[in-house]
Amino acid sequence: MSNEILVFAEQQSRKITRPAWEAVAAGQKIAADTGGSVTLIVLGAAVSVLASELAAGESSGVLVVEAPALAEYTPDGYARALAGVIRSRQPRYVVFSHTYQVRDFAPKLAAALGVGFISDCLGYHNESGRLIFVRQVFQGKFNADVEFTGEAPYLVSFQAGSFREDSVRRGAAAASVSTVAAEVAPDQVRSKPGERFREAKQAVDLTQAEVIVAVGRGIKAPENIDLARKLADALGGELGASRPICDGGWLPMDRQIGSSGQTVAPKLYVALGISGAIQHQVGMKGSRNVLAINKDREAPIFEVATYGVVGDLFEIVPPLIEEIRKSKAG
Amino acid sequence: MKIVVCLKQVPARDSLLRLNPAGTWIQETDISFEVNEPDIYALEEALRLKESQGGEVVVCSLGPARAQQAIKEALAKGADRALHLDDPAFAGLDSFGVARVMARALETEKPDLIVTGLQSDDFGAAQTGVILAELLDLPHSTIIMAIEVQGGAIKVKRELEAGFFQFIELPLPALLTIQSGINKPRYATLKGIMAAKNKPLKKLSLADLGLLAGDLAPKQRITRVYVPEKRANTEFFEGSGKDIAAKLVDKLKNEARIL
Repeated sequence: MSNEILVFAEQQSRKITRPAWEAVAAGQKIAADTGGSVTLIVLGAAVSVLASELAAGESSGVLVVEAPALAEYTPDGYARALAGVIRSRQPRYVVFSHTYQVRDFAPKLAAALGVGFISDCLGYHNESGRLIFVRQVFQGKFNADVEFTGEAPYLVSFQAGSFREDSVRRGAAAASVSTVAAEVAPDQVRSKPGERFREAKQAVDLTQAEVIVAVGRGIKAPENIDLARKLADALGGELGASRPICDGGWLPMDRQIGSSGQTVAPKLYVALGISGAIQHQVGMKGSRNVLAINKDREAPIFEVATYGVVGDLFEIVPPLIEEIRKSKAG
Repeated sequence: MKIVVCLKQVPARDSLLRLNPAGTWIQETDISFEVNEPDIYALEEALRLKESQGGEVVVCSLGPARAQQAIKEALAKGADRALHLDDPAFAGLDSFGVARVMARALETEKPDLIVTGLQSDDFGAAQTGVILAELLDLPHSTIIMAIEVQGGAIKVKRELEAGFFQFIELPLPALLTIQSGINKPRYATLKGIMAAKNKPLKKLSLADLGLLAGDLAPKQRITRVYVPEKRANTEFFEGSGKDIAAKLVDKLKNEARIL
């Protein structure tokens, strides 16, 4: 078993993504804590141009794994190509960002290798070189410490923002790049992916809003959304929502904030009856001020709140609207 | 078309969760359980496919005796029969262990399609479905928002980040993990509830499946579950609605400088 930390650098449409650099930052930290070396790996067809970009990050090398069958992402292609590399190199850890792509193939890869995969981690504790990974459970109500029990290689993915792109150490000189051909034949790829597309041009751009009032399940009924709209109007802001509200058709999908919706960073984010599951938090935790009103004191939204009110939003929002109007008039 | 729906029970959304004395999981007594939300959407999708294509919907659930409640709900909504994977050796399995048991139970079923929710609301690893696909050597796709049957193949709409989607074509048999919001789940009718009582429900234990406890050895272990540290600087406001409103406006005006 080597002490190698293999970092999966995700590319989309032949571009290195921010999650790729976050994974590099995670891999560099694990290597520093465990005395290992970092190797970055990128998959695709004719992606050597991406390798030189990755080579700027401090690592002991960049590995380009190429095959025509890897031109488009497929779980079959990626799991097969990575399984080949991991079997031959026997790294200690394989580090991923917890993206939609990684969720799609990493469990398959782990199963094919017969190894463990701890997914969607926030970070880890280092107990004398033994790493204990921290992840959220029960929709963020609790955290869990999780450790690997079987043999390495160990696969681990980190949630967006757990490690920062700007903390990636740059090397003094470019890292060496090597290219290997992946053992993936076209007929081993069973799914046929189409182009990425957006449903319609997003009518509402919440990313530029200075104030957002967002509603979650706690709003209880579609007719109550009007109350949130009045608060948004009083504050001169936009209306947003958590996923269940849009799933239920109470507000259109283009109002959705979170991992599958828009990522916003307003001056003020008001969360009304939103518990703040991680899928929602990743879309709004960059907000400068967060006011959370929720009847459940344990709701994870309070972890990212500047101002918190534990109580019934229907008792607090009407007087709040009134006070805001008074303040603006005065 | 034979469709298997894998679903699990999780603590009801409004349950007040407490940790167990060892601090390694929640206290499962004194709370109510419900079907994991994304699994409800997976079941609905399976029922709609059966209605348009004909065939059979089989529910597969791993869990203790209480899981029968979830199974009965699925049968009442229109599933035809159920497999209940129940054995003391199945308690606390990781995703790999659960998938291993399910793979063994479904090997002989040979479904055309397996659907399950994209993740569970408890541990939330989002892995069991994908591991199951690998163990059964099936092509798969995840986070699905639409399914269209095209003869011996399917075309699915997969959700990607930031409002993007992608169509993917897969040959059958295949496995899909379903995203919440793909459809409007139905409620069980009284007639359905009555009919469910006579639908076949097969219980399968470790021995029935020809497995040994060692086959399910975990790849990962929870050492501790705990309340996350709160952000120290959250300022809480109490009092009457009017008091709170006045204090908040003061903060928004003088501290956050929004007003």
